[in-house]
Amino acid sequence: MAREPAEPAAPAGGTEPAIRAEGLTCRFGELVAVDHVTLSIPRARIYGFLGPNGSGKTTTIRMLCGLLTPSEGEARVLGRDVPREAESLRRAIGYMTQRFSLYEDLSVRENLEFMGEIYSLPRARRRRRVEALLAEFSLEDRAGQRAGTLSGGQKQRLALAGATIHEPELLFLDEPTSAVDPQSRRDFWESLFALVDGGTTILVSTHYMDEAERCHGLAILDAGRLVAEGSPRELMDGIDAHVIEVETGALRAARAALDSLPTVLSVAQLGTRLHALIDRAEDDPEDRVRGAFEAADVPATIELARASLEDVFVAATRKEAA
Amino acid sequence: MRETLGRILAVVRKEAVQLRRDRLTFGMVFGLPIMQLLLFGYAINQDVRHLPAGVADLAHTQRSRVFVADAAASQVVDVVATARSAEELETLMRQGWISVGIVIPHDFERRVALGREPAAQLLVDGSDPTVLSAALGLARLPVPRDGPGPRAAPAAFEVRSFYNPERRSAVQIVPALIGVILTMTMTLFTAVAIVRERERGNLELLITTPVRTPELMVGKIVPYVLIGLLQVTLIIGAGVLLFDVPVRGALVDVYAAALVFVAATLGLGLLISTLASTQFQAFQLTFFTFLPQILLSGFMFPFDGMPRAAQWLAELLPLTHFIRIIRGILLRGVTLAGIGHELWPLVLFFVASMTLSTLRFRKSLD
Repeated sequence: MAREPAEPAAPAGGTEPAIRAEGLTCRFGELVAVDHVTLSIPRARIYGFLGPNGSGKTTTIRMLCGLLTPSEGEARVLGRDVPREAESLRRAIGYMTQRFSLYEDLSVRENLEFMGEIYSLPRARRRRRVEALLAEFSLEDRAGQRAGTLSGGQKQRLALAGATIHEPELLFLDEPTSAVDPQSRRDFWESLFALVDGGTTILVSTHYMDEAERCHGLAILDAGRLVAEGSPRELMDGIDAHVIEVETGALRAARAALDSLPTVLSVAQLGTRLHALIDRAEDDPEDRVRGAFEAADVPATIELARASLEDVFVAATRKEAA
Repeated sequence: MRETLGRILAVVRKEAVQLRRDRLTFGMVFGLPIMQLLLFGYAINQDVRHLPAGVADLAHTQRSRVFVADAAASQVVDVVATARSAEELETLMRQGWISVGIVIPHDFERRVALGREPAAQLLVDGSDPTVLSAALGLARLPVPRDGPGPRAAPAAFEVRSFYNPERRSAVQIVPALIGVILTMTMTLFTAVAIVRERERGNLELLITTPVRTPELMVGKIVPYVLIGLLQVTLIIGAGVLLFDVPVRGALVDVYAAALVFVAATLGLGLLISTLASTQFQAFQLTFFTFLPQILLSGFMFPFDGMPRAAQWLAELLPLTHFIRIIRGILLRGVTLAGIGHELWPLVLFFVASMTLSTLRFRKSLD
């Protein structure tokens, strides 16, 4: 498994990575929410936290913005020690929460004005930023409308506008697209890439594979542990298992046959096909699977396939459970 | 420093806009004081008069008739029934027709002449404490006498009521009502304003911005302080117009005292907001603190009649001190400096509640 951090290519503002964490741990009583996470995130990149609910994504983000004090370990964010220098960090970061957290009873423009004032933008710059953001996120027509009456996609664009009004160097997005349709999600990611082109570093948590695949770097979190890290391509190429794609008319029987093999890590159904992850230790996985099918008298075509990100995710989280 | 001010102003402005759009709260700001003023001003009358009374005059003399007429003239009682015996009066009282019975015995003249024992008997319905105390006043009614000198002998006590000679309840109640209404609205508004922000997720975002906890709290409080002073004006204005409440002290002192009191109640509201996680809990907690203040502050029941422990508890409540201050300024014309010893407990309460809320605020986020 690729454990090296993603290429720290062409950092935009300084040589230090945007985020560096060393053995970051957070315990709530008995529960270990984040368990010794070590990572390094280069500047001007989109870095993703991929993991199921409760895997520690939000807690890690909260520690990195200085909202939670780590039980153990340390973190440097934009050259500042966290949480010691969290106050000065706040001006340099933007945060978009999982749920819409601007004011529903204020208008779109009032919300942006308020955020601008909270970040102490001088009046002229504030005006300029509000107008620019309204245009950038296609909210000009809605400027006078109360935020509570916006659609899911509009709310989300407003939230991103609010989080970037002060042009932060680093943007934290906590599952930003949970309540949004696919088209809005694509538009949203276009906006993120535009921000990265401008030099912003983005840390986004998600449980969508297609979103994770768009990130430059990716960390897979499971039960508070960082179980895999790298670019999506590195992760897919370096998967610690063989991926066998099975095409068959007898899905149930094929599945039973695969499950009977001790080296099969997991089986997932994709339409009329099955994706089986088989232990790396298996020398000739195709032959082994074919043998199992013949023994069970299951007609099927078998092919060694490229791993998808989902396969990587299953392999990484499955290994932890074992 | 300038940035701090800017952020506070941003919160104030935002809060004001939200308040203006929240019709229910806006209505409560003005509706609640007026409603309570009318309710308490007109309905609650501790000055008991016109108690229904029955008379059993067994003497039937000139003097006994004058005595009954004197009792009726006091306005404490209205004679609504006459009876032939004390037993008959008792029956009337048991059935609820009368609250007071006056029995004038056969030997009324002899008793008056000898002056050794009470000339007449007063039956009182003791099941109602207000009736009891009012009727006891009647017992001091002098008996008409013959001969030279004053027609009636002087009573054992001469009772004079200072500051409120007509003993009108509204005069005592309206100033205290300023405190009651402020306690209710200010505590509730602040508690709900903060809890709402948490419930709707706004705080989750705000804590990641440069706005600091004290800035946020001050910004949220300021609009309500202004509302509080507006309510004071409303209540005093209506009190003067509708109930002839005197304003004997300086208005500046009234507002200064109100300002300190409003600060103390807002502090309490903030503290509640750090304890409650839903708006409903905030409501409940507010009423939980509201009840003892109403009952113990001397607004409803006389402070001096309460047991020691209750008095100590009452001394901890801001409303107790404010009622003393505001009655002092409005009715007795004392200056704020003159009643300053009641002011510092309010200041102390404000400082303590603000410190506690600020300490609790961050912890309550997770």
